Amino acid sequence: MRELRGDLMENAISQTDSATADKIVFKKQSQAKEVWRMYKKNKGAMIGLVLFSFILVMLAGANFIVPYSAATKGVFSQINQAPSAAHIFGTDSYGRDVFARVLYGGRTSLLVAILATMSSCVIGSTLGAISGYFGGKVDGIIMRSLDIFMSIPDILFTMAVVFALGANFQNLLIALTLAYFTNYVRLVRSQVLTLSEQDYVEAAKAGGSGSTRIILSHILPNAMGVIIVNTTLNVAKIILYESTLSFLGLGMPPPAPEWGLMLAEAREFMRAAPHLLFFPTMAIVVAASSINLIGDGLRDALDPQLKS
Amino acid sequence: MYRYVINRLLFLIPSVLGVIFILFLVMSMTPGDPARILLGDAASQEQIAELNHQLGYDLPFLEKYGRYVYQVVVHQDFGVSYFTKQSVFEEIWPRYIVTVKLAFIGVVLSSLIGIPFGIYTAVRQYSLWDTIPSLIAFFIAAIPSFVLGMLLLYLFSLKLNWFPSYGIESFTSYIMPALAVSIPPAAINLRFTKSSMLESIRQDYVRTARAKGASESTVIWKHALKNALLPVVTNVGMSLGNLICGAVVAEKLFSIPGIGSLIVDRITYKDEPVIIAGTILISVCFTVVMLLVDLIYAYIDPRIRAKYARVKG
Repeated sequence: MRELRGDLMENAISQTDSATADKIVFKKQSQAKEVWRMYKKNKGAMIGLVLFSFILVMLAGANFIVPYSAATKGVFSQINQAPSAAHIFGTDSYGRDVFARVLYGGRTSLLVAILATMSSCVIGSTLGAISGYFGGKVDGIIMRSLDIFMSIPDILFTMAVVFALGANFQNLLIALTLAYFTNYVRLVRSQVLTLSEQDYVEAAKAGGSGSTRIILSHILPNAMGVIIVNTTLNVAKIILYESTLSFLGLGMPPPAPEWGLMLAEAREFMRAAPHLLFFPTMAIVVAASSINLIGDGLRDALDPQLKS
Repeated sequence: MYRYVINRLLFLIPSVLGVIFILFLVMSMTPGDPARILLGDAASQEQIAELNHQLGYDLPFLEKYGRYVYQVVVHQDFGVSYFTKQSVFEEIWPRYIVTVKLAFIGVVLSSLIGIPFGIYTAVRQYSLWDTIPSLIAFFIAAIPSFVLGMLLLYLFSLKLNWFPSYGIESFTSYIMPALAVSIPPAAINLRFTKSSMLESIRQDYVRTARAKGASESTVIWKHALKNALLPVVTNVGMSLGNLICGAVVAEKLFSIPGIGSLIVDRITYKDEPVIIAGTILISVCFTVVMLLVDLIYAYIDPRIRAKYARVKG
């Protein structure tokens, strides 16, 4: 709304005498800037952002830090070594460098989490928007099917899908998307239901805009805040969920470096080599909590009333 | 109100039919077949085809679905496991009870830990009593639940030797799985209760109550908490799905004979009757709990009760 008002005022000013317009210093602040201003004030959120950027830089630059072969090729003489100067996170039960595995594993884990979140967001939001905007029979069909779908516990469904299609990167993505898109349907639907009653939607309808246009350019932009916050928090949830799947033997297939898989493998060596458990756990905790901090910060910045 | 409950219960029928349909659909996409797994690699193609035929596995998807529904509805029979040849119902029911028990303990324990702490941290916001529990909850929310379970196992079973590390022989063997199942949702409950409570404390009616001179405890317990609890109740109900996920992990970790781990194991064997019957039981339980949550919701919030009453009239 603020933006809209700004535009109107700007138009008004440009229409008046240009001489007067020059004197008025019009400071238009975009919503993104405003959000960033609020976000910067939040210490925890900034810590989260710095940590997460650090993780991203480390993962992106992994090739410059350790070669990929260190993560996959083990040295038999160096099994389960405690952290040392040569292997700062130690080595695992195949003699592979844990540090390298954490780095390259992070790529897989984060990529799966981010892609799965995105696809579930797109599919779920589309269904939610259609359901909420059109209401009636469409809404009934979508929501009832969703109820059925949701009465199967996520974990069982994901397992069945991963097993049916085979465990690899792409199928993991499909399974996670199927498990998480339902949240977005409900979320976006409830947002659309409230936003559809706003005056500006009424105005757009009266102006003759079509449904697609109203949803895309009037309703969704206003629901964006809630969607962004949820998407951020979802990435952290999926990282944890993904590792649980790996633990149950349904994540990425074994030789690949992946955080959950590393933890599942570490289980046997809990006593002999606790560092195998410690470092991947820390990686997950740092990644998930920094994302959670960012999400909380965004929520506070987007909706100051809900600040907690 | 009664009509509403009956409607909701009636919805269980299409819901269960849908669940069976989805599962058969997913299963029909699965490569491999039970006969191959049962007979081993040495078996000939004819033997496998014959056994698959005996099991009824080779039927077309829709016919299989129809037969299964008929068998369940008319004969109240969940069939026989491909793998153990036992009656599915007899095999899964005791395990189902174990899992439900575990999930129930999880719901109760996580609410008992999470909600009071959530209220307390909200009331004492920015004090040490807020920072420490909130920080702990924050980190627990970022640890995979099975790592937490592994740590518990390591600490209490292997190091201190207080509780058995597997099975469910006695009461004490429930303690660790119950903790492993309830700590993660407790952290979520804490965070949720806290933010809901903080929101409610800032409302006008709380300020009004304070202005009228109500004591601090009345303000918190009667005015703020009553309104803050509504979303918390929903959250507790919704967390049941996560609890079942947690239960599967805990069953695996502590070698508990529950239904979750049974389904996980049988998915690799393509033991359709067990997988489907198990999932039906779980989803019925889930749906009934969601209905209970809605009813509790209506009980707590007179606004919702009024809405139902109007629908009825």
